[in-house]
Amino acid sequence: MSGRHQALLQVGDARRWGIRVLVVLTLLSGVNYLAWRWLDSINWAQWWLAVPLVLAETYSLLDAFLFGATVWRIRQRAEPPPPPPDATVDVFVTTYDEPVDLVMATARAARDIPYPHRTWVLDDGARPEMQDAARTAGVGYLTRSADWAGMPRHAKAGNLNNALLATDGEFLLVLDADQVPHPTILHRTLGWFDDQRVALVQTPQWFSNVDDDDVLGSQAPLFYGPIQQGKDGWNAAYFCGSNAVLRREALMQLGVAGYVRAVERSIRDALRTAGRVIARARTEARTAGPAVHAALDEVAWAVRRARVEVAAGEPVSEVTYRFQQRVDEAGRGVVTDDLARMEADLAEIAEMPGPPGAVLTTELDGAVLTRLAQRDWSPIAALDSVKALVSSVDVDLAGEAQPVMPLATISVTEDMATSMRLHAMGWRTVYHHEVLARGLAPQDLAAMLAQRLRWSQGTLQLALRQNPLLQRGLSVGQRLMYLATMWSYLTGFAALVYIAAPIAYLCFGVRPVTADGDAFLLHLVPFLLTTLLLFRVVGHGMPTWRGQQYDLALFPVWIRACTTAAANVLLHRDLGFVVTPKTATARPGPAWRLVRVQLVTMGLLVAAAVVGLVRLHLGVAPSAYGTWANLTWVAYDLLVLSVVVPAARHLGPATDERTTA
Amino acid sequence: MIELDTHPTGAAVVRVDGRLTMVDAPAFRSAVTEAVGEAATTVVVDLSACAFMDSSGLGAVIAGLKAARQAGGDLRIAAPTTQVLTVLQLTNLERVLRPFGSVAEALRAG
Repeated sequence: MSGRHQALLQVGDARRWGIRVLVVLTLLSGVNYLAWRWLDSINWAQWWLAVPLVLAETYSLLDAFLFGATVWRIRQRAEPPPPPPDATVDVFVTTYDEPVDLVMATARAARDIPYPHRTWVLDDGARPEMQDAARTAGVGYLTRSADWAGMPRHAKAGNLNNALLATDGEFLLVLDADQVPHPTILHRTLGWFDDQRVALVQTPQWFSNVDDDDVLGSQAPLFYGPIQQGKDGWNAAYFCGSNAVLRREALMQLGVAGYVRAVERSIRDALRTAGRVIARARTEARTAGPAVHAALDEVAWAVRRARVEVAAGEPVSEVTYRFQQRVDEAGRGVVTDDLARMEADLAEIAEMPGPPGAVLTTELDGAVLTRLAQRDWSPIAALDSVKALVSSVDVDLAGEAQPVMPLATISVTEDMATSMRLHAMGWRTVYHHEVLARGLAPQDLAAMLAQRLRWSQGTLQLALRQNPLLQRGLSVGQRLMYLATMWSYLTGFAALVYIAAPIAYLCFGVRPVTADGDAFLLHLVPFLLTTLLLFRVVGHGMPTWRGQQYDLALFPVWIRACTTAAANVLLHRDLGFVVTPKTATARPGPAWRLVRVQLVTMGLLVAAAVVGLVRLHLGVAPSAYGTWANLTWVAYDLLVLSVVVPAARHLGPATDERTTA
Repeated sequence: MIELDTHPTGAAVVRVDGRLTMVDAPAFRSAVTEAVGEAATTVVVDLSACAFMDSSGLGAVIAGLKAARQAGGDLRIAAPTTQVLTVLQLTNLERVLRPFGSVAEALRAG
């Protein structure tokens, strides 16, 4: 690490050590509590609730541990080095269907950044009026090239990949359509690239259309603050899709490595299923005679050879070349047989008495053989399945618009996937904690929910497709940092248990914990207090309560994200389409429909509280102490869930800021 | 797909629809055998709808010619498409099997 980069941790040493002490205390008290829970206090008689509860608590402890690991290395960077005098930079403003005025406000601000650069509007909607506006403003305009016709588009990642091949700056600043950059954005970030190993500088996302109350919880002060700073300390700050500068060389390297990986995977897949393909070909050619079956035997042999060669780590380009050659050779065998038989037939015909006139000698020489055996005419190609097999054991990735895809396309959160790969290749990332662009947050609950669902789906897709624990090249700290983000999205299931447990106790007297109140408090309170304190110290001076509320209150979203992402990755189902109303004022009145699960849950909690009090009064509650403890729990749940009420009533600002440029 | 028809003149017309390849060759051969067995003296192979022929297809046509000649008849090809003509020219077989412009033309030639 260069000296300059390591310089100065502005999160004062005292606070940092205070945080570390609290992390240790949280961990100790948490392990103490969980050990007691697992070993001494599970009520196995009520295992159906006791086991989920202890699992949920274990989940929360690990969550606290991962949070502790994150803030352990919290890093406040010093002033950035001055920018290089002569870097070449492309500024990308990505858009799909945002209003032209809104995109142009960002594009003009981007154009006016004083550091020398070129500005491009990346219009995935290919709108003529967008193109006109870009031309008028004197900025570049890019849409997908013809290569993309009929190919998977890969959303924003595809849009950026397309632009990467059409431009050539050493660095690129990526801005979402609504993220209006500050003029100093390049001056303040480019200096970090003095370190040749730095691939990414991420700056915060900050929303200008949100008031202090932030009913929809759009600002993420904890994330664009201690969490990214903590990840930065582990060299694991990640790309968030906008307001970030990337080094082209790193992305291209990633694209090439990804291409090699994709080719290897597609070849492995093709070879693995080749047995089935050949069996199908044999069925297709059931009546085709021995020559065909002999040729298929040769193809099967070529497959076996290729598998051995791939397993032995031979370069795929050579393996595929030889495979193709062998299949061609099998085709030549068929052609040779055909020609020999033809010559024999012709010779026989020549002997026959019959209609005269035909010249019955013909030169079936090597050139004829070669031409007839070429891939387009080869008899082997008559078997469609073999033809498909041969084209899939190749290095051209014919199913993609660009063989080289610098930005990862395996997840709808391409940004995180891309950073993980950068980290795995040894690149460094920087979190620059200074607001250098101001954007627009979703204005109503529907849009906010759609956005949260998408983030969580993408993160979970990534957890399943590119699990940080299994990626080679990541450090332990980096693995933990990615895991921390992914882990936090499983919170929906824990929330469900935390809501169900007090209801079960108050309504039916179900006690998942076998302990008297004192033992319980003795174990739980230290853990609860240190956790709260840690959170308090880390989030010092920040409005973090909204975030805490939504972590629990959006449990239906988190659960849906888990099920849809798992179905997508494991069963190849669609992620599901989320319909987002275009304008906040489209539907008058509060959006109760969107939070009906939470409203029903709140109703159940209130009812459970009433039932609990009645049971206590009638003397059928397990214990007065337990009833009060569970009532407290219900009160906390209600307090947290209550955020959905103002959220559903929130109709956004009176005027639609998104269209005022 | 291979279809066998009998022409009003008594000749057999084997129509190849699609491709004549390694896979289709056996069906083609049996169609010609059937036609020759019915003592039709002339077999016309209608190639107007045959988009592609490989070496096995070509071999099957020659085998058909042999079978027809052995039975005292003949086999003629009609209306080959560009690719088929290219294959015939490449192998010089258009000198053995002169391509006729149409089925009617091929029948008239006999």
